[in-house]
Amino acid sequence: MLRLEKVSKVYKVGTFGGKELHAVNEVSFDIKDGEIVSLIGESGSGKSTIGKMILRLLSISSGRIWLDDLDITTIGKGELKVYYRKVQGVFQDPFSSYNPIFKSDRIFEILHSEFYPEMKEDEWRGKVITAIESVGLHPDSVLNKYPHQLSGGQLQRFLIARALLLDIQVLVADEIISMLDASTRIEVLDLLADLKYRGLSILFITHDLSLANYISDQAVILYRGYVAEMGATGKIFENPLHPYTKMLLASVPRLDKKWEKAQAELSATQPASTGGCVYKDRCPVAEKLCASYTPKLTEIQDDHYVACIHYEGG
Amino acid sequence: MKTPKKKNEFLYFALGNNKLKIGLVILLFFITLTFIGPLLTDYEPLDYIGPAAVPPSSEYWFGTTTFGQDVFTQFVYGLKASFLVGIIGGGLGTLIGILVGFTAGYRGGIVDEILNMFTNIVLVIPTLAVLLIIVAYLEVRGLLIESIFIGCTTWPWAARAIRAQTFSLRTREFVDLARLSGMRSLKVIFGEIAPNMMSYLLLVFILQFGGAVLIAATLDFIGLGPTEAMSLGLMMNNAVLWGALILGIWWWFIPPGIAITAIVGSLYVMNVGLDEVFNPKLREM
Amino acid sequence: MSLQVENLTVYYQTLHGDVRALDGVTFNIDDREIMGLAGESGCGKTTLGHSLIFLKLPMRYVEGRVLLDQENLPVWDMDRMNDFRFRDISIVPQYAMNAMNPTRKIGRMAAELLESRDVSYKNKLTELKRRLDLVKLSHDVLDMYPIELSGGMKQRMVMVLSTLLDPSLLIADEITSALDVASQKAVAEMLVEFRDREIVKSMIVITHDISILYQIADSILVMYAGKLAEKASTDVIIKSPRHPYTQLLISSLPEVGVRYTDKRLLGIPGNPPPLINPPSGCRFKERCPFAFEKCSEEPPFIEVARGHSVACWKELEGDA
Repeated sequence: MLRLEKVSKVYKVGTFGGKELHAVNEVSFDIKDGEIVSLIGESGSGKSTIGKMILRLLSISSGRIWLDDLDITTIGKGELKVYYRKVQGVFQDPFSSYNPIFKSDRIFEILHSEFYPEMKEDEWRGKVITAIESVGLHPDSVLNKYPHQLSGGQLQRFLIARALLLDIQVLVADEIISMLDASTRIEVLDLLADLKYRGLSILFITHDLSLANYISDQAVILYRGYVAEMGATGKIFENPLHPYTKMLLASVPRLDKKWEKAQAELSATQPASTGGCVYKDRCPVAEKLCASYTPKLTEIQDDHYVACIHYEGG
Repeated sequence: MKTPKKKNEFLYFALGNNKLKIGLVILLFFITLTFIGPLLTDYEPLDYIGPAAVPPSSEYWFGTTTFGQDVFTQFVYGLKASFLVGIIGGGLGTLIGILVGFTAGYRGGIVDEILNMFTNIVLVIPTLAVLLIIVAYLEVRGLLIESIFIGCTTWPWAARAIRAQTFSLRTREFVDLARLSGMRSLKVIFGEIAPNMMSYLLLVFILQFGGAVLIAATLDFIGLGPTEAMSLGLMMNNAVLWGALILGIWWWFIPPGIAITAIVGSLYVMNVGLDEVFNPKLREM
Repeated sequence: MSLQVENLTVYYQTLHGDVRALDGVTFNIDDREIMGLAGESGCGKTTLGHSLIFLKLPMRYVEGRVLLDQENLPVWDMDRMNDFRFRDISIVPQYAMNAMNPTRKIGRMAAELLESRDVSYKNKLTELKRRLDLVKLSHDVLDMYPIELSGGMKQRMVMVLSTLLDPSLLIADEITSALDVASQKAVAEMLVEFRDREIVKSMIVITHDISILYQIADSILVMYAGKLAEKASTDVIIKSPRHPYTQLLISSLPEVGVRYTDKRLLGIPGNPPPLINPPSGCRFKERCPFAFEKCSEEPPFIEVARGHSVACWKELEGDA
């Protein structure tokens, strides 16, 4: 199980690093074994930052991250390499994920020399072919090619095969299908579902609510670095509680019904948060107290939490 | 679907690029002259071999100096010196620029700030003053010292440029994936980032080379160059010192002047051409 | 009828040959119609949008006719098209909101744009302000730099500028892709508002996101590999499409509320054909579950029901 405990990310900005930018604020959630958790948020929500902190590509400003019993928050190079055998990532842009001057197979070669240096060439090749086939690709049509000769969908699945080669526990999938065409997305999504049945935990970072609802068991809805609502996906979508979640569900274009003629809210540039609830400037039901009080996550139903003053106080 | 390999694509554009071709031809001409030249002459640059200040003739192809030295001999040996300074000085400058630029660009943070400060200090040092001091202490100087000096003072812009490129490449996802594979930083820089920048590094070197040749010629011309070698700049220095301008001994300073202009110019033109070859957006269909 | 496109063919010149990005495209758009142009990457929708207004290298005009309000549009002639651009036909290109000069205040940029079209900024200022009210932008925006505006605000600004001279046809190329959900809705609804207020007569909305089209478009034109697959009213395309590609495309879209445990979505295995030497016959036949012998011949794009055209032999051979 992967657990985040009050994880925050603070950047120093401004001249001489005087000001602080809080990209992520005391976020806590778990990813249990064989579970798909979607981290839903728009740009600026901090979702990619959380993904990168889990992968230790960014340092963690405060809080802790645990993989089972191991606290990985501050482990060093040697232990990190052991960690990377268990946790890997796939990112948004398939074409940017490959070094364009090398063949795409190189990503496997790197794993060979870094993690399995003693393994013989033939044995390694066998492993690679198994991994490629397990993601639904034909080895002959994808091996020994340059990245620009493969399609986005093939490249993403190639990257998943790479992660599988290490026999990982957790996969961080950061917007991995948003740059793919609608028809190729499904192949990758269904692959994720299959992997889940084989015991893999997946953190599915996305801004697309319908995809999150389609694939995930648990959902965490982020707004500007804070958790607005989280819990079982079905419960959140059937019964959205936080004003932000409600707004998201009402604004997402759907194929089964038209938008309500309600006034679409038009946001100005976001000023830095001035304390209190971070959603107050856009919230239709904000109260005076919201300017000074930051709500905490409260359990409303079994496995359904929300951080909003309207649901607090018993 | 058939796609030609990347190498073929570059070759195709390289062969079709006029700037590259012209620049290369001029450069190769002078390089060939450097190698063949000494074989075509029996003299040494400083030998007194004939009558003073004789204009070019079939016997003395570039004429003679006011001391009766063969200008052609001086010229071809001078070419060799200029190229040597270009390679050593330009190469050293590129090397330092690479080391500083990659480190600052990849590590970022405090390392970047320290290296930036260092780069700025070197930029601000009055190099001419330092050179005058060096010259005062070293009465006898060789090409090597001059090359090292040039290399150590011209690297800042290369470091800046390489740092900027490294910064932008560093945020690409394949670098993240390399880190996720447990690669050490050094291996990431030289295994993943640098190969992507090969064309850029080549361009940097070409500019450093050209710059070094030009600076060396300037320094030689004002007398701060090596005492122990004949160079194109030195030829021009001597020519002016010994009244070639007044006496009309044009064959003494015109050939070296043209050579320097042509070499440096052709390098810069090649640079522009190569940029077009490597950067698809600059090409025209 | 607002726009008539006949047999428009535009290729891309490349080192390896001509990419047949747009191959003999014919369709019409009525007055007041918002037509969505949908398809996946490489289908030719952006090429179509751009060739109507800005056909420049590496695009190459091959053949075809374009009529806007019954007048011939010389799309192949960049200079002559200058008279039509902005006044009769206008475009909001992809990434327009990021293409604004960061060192110019918005008002100054608007003035420069208008002056370049020989329109006096002063004369248009009142109308400009009225349009800003329409898109709910404060007049102060004219005094700000692009960096001070959010994505949604910039996009609305670009829309106002592109439509200031009341063009007959507006082409909107992926204008909602880079926006957050709330801004997306606002901008999309703004497009409809512009049409309702007769600022613009008709629109082509290019996007890969069909659900946005369901919300605002009257009709949808689906493209595949440089050719037209199907055109019909929005409801028909979504609820009862007839081209196999459209059917598969619609069924690959997840709906809010449906989980994979309930109903597995189907994608379309395979990839679109390369357009340098496209296969003869129907370009979808390799991936089509219904392909049969006739498909090796190219199907014509024909009206099979009122306002509903398809290019598919299965549909033309007469089964419902």
